[in-house]
Amino acid sequence: MKQSKESLKRFYFGFFLAATVLAMGVSHYASSSPDGLEKVAEDEGFLETAKDSALSGSPLADYGVAFLDNERLSVGVAGLVGVIATAVVALVLFSLVKKRR
Amino acid sequence: MHIPDGFIDIPTSAAFGLLAVAGTAVALKKAKSVVDDRTAPMAGLTAVFIFAVQMLNFPVAAGTSGHLLGGALAMVLVGPYAASLAVTVVLGVQALLFADGGLIALGLNVFNLSVIAVLASYLAFRAAIRLLPKTKTAVPLAAGIAAFASVPISASAFTLQYAIGGNATAPVDAVFAAMFSTHIFIGIGEAMITMLTVSAILASRSDLVHGWSRKEVPLKVRS
Repeated sequence: MKQSKESLKRFYFGFFLAATVLAMGVSHYASSSPDGLEKVAEDEGFLETAKDSALSGSPLADYGVAFLDNERLSVGVAGLVGVIATAVVALVLFSLVKKRR
Repeated sequence: MHIPDGFIDIPTSAAFGLLAVAGTAVALKKAKSVVDDRTAPMAGLTAVFIFAVQMLNFPVAAGTSGHLLGGALAMVLVGPYAASLAVTVVLGVQALLFADGGLIALGLNVFNLSVIAVLASYLAFRAAIRLLPKTKTAVPLAAGIAAFASVPISASAFTLQYAIGGNATAPVDAVFAAMFSTHIFIGIGEAMITMLTVSAILASRSDLVHGWSRKEVPLKVRS
């Protein structure tokens, strides 16, 4: 029983680590072409109806850190912040969902 | 496929916002019966993984990229209700922290990606599991089929929103055709990432894969 709890912890840790590596390291190699919706909007001529989000001036807008000039570092740090923020919000949410049983 | 503000008018965005709230309320209520001590961290980590993989745009045809939506992956890993909540968390973080996807459009995005994509992949997964041989290999295969189906279907949900409240004059049938065909290619990427991830987790901790351990696959021998 103890052992299975340990292996569960190891699995959770590995899953989290994989996500962190992808967000921090691999994201640098992501395609920067427009995504499906953006491309369709461009081709069909409605891209110009897009408005900037009210938060487009945020220091992390578009997955970069405003004050970091190194593009690779900038997206890596943004990825790390996103992973941590998602983890905190999601883990708190699901522990609340669980407790309300 | 994160809709920015401005594509869809405000009344339509608000209406889909209400549908998104209703869908999330149902998911919250129903998730209670499946989220326990083991699955709560798994559901949280699934959200983290989806956030990370959504940063990895992969190239598809002709100067276009796509990224994982994750609804199908989450649905297979943690069941449809927790999956819907996990994707909603990701969309919230993306809109609020990274200005990815509009704020007024958040309801549209939650409706398309947390409700429609999860629902479509749930139905496709159930159907595929019923038709495929009753083996463990069927799970990632059915997950891939579900993932593939979820992408053009979510893209069509956008087209519906555009038809109701689009702020542009581009004809709906042209938008539908372009959205559907482009997202078939993105769906192939979605299917591959989903199959790979589900296979890897099945191989190490199959007890943590909802679509397997909840016995939606009736099996004689389970290891």
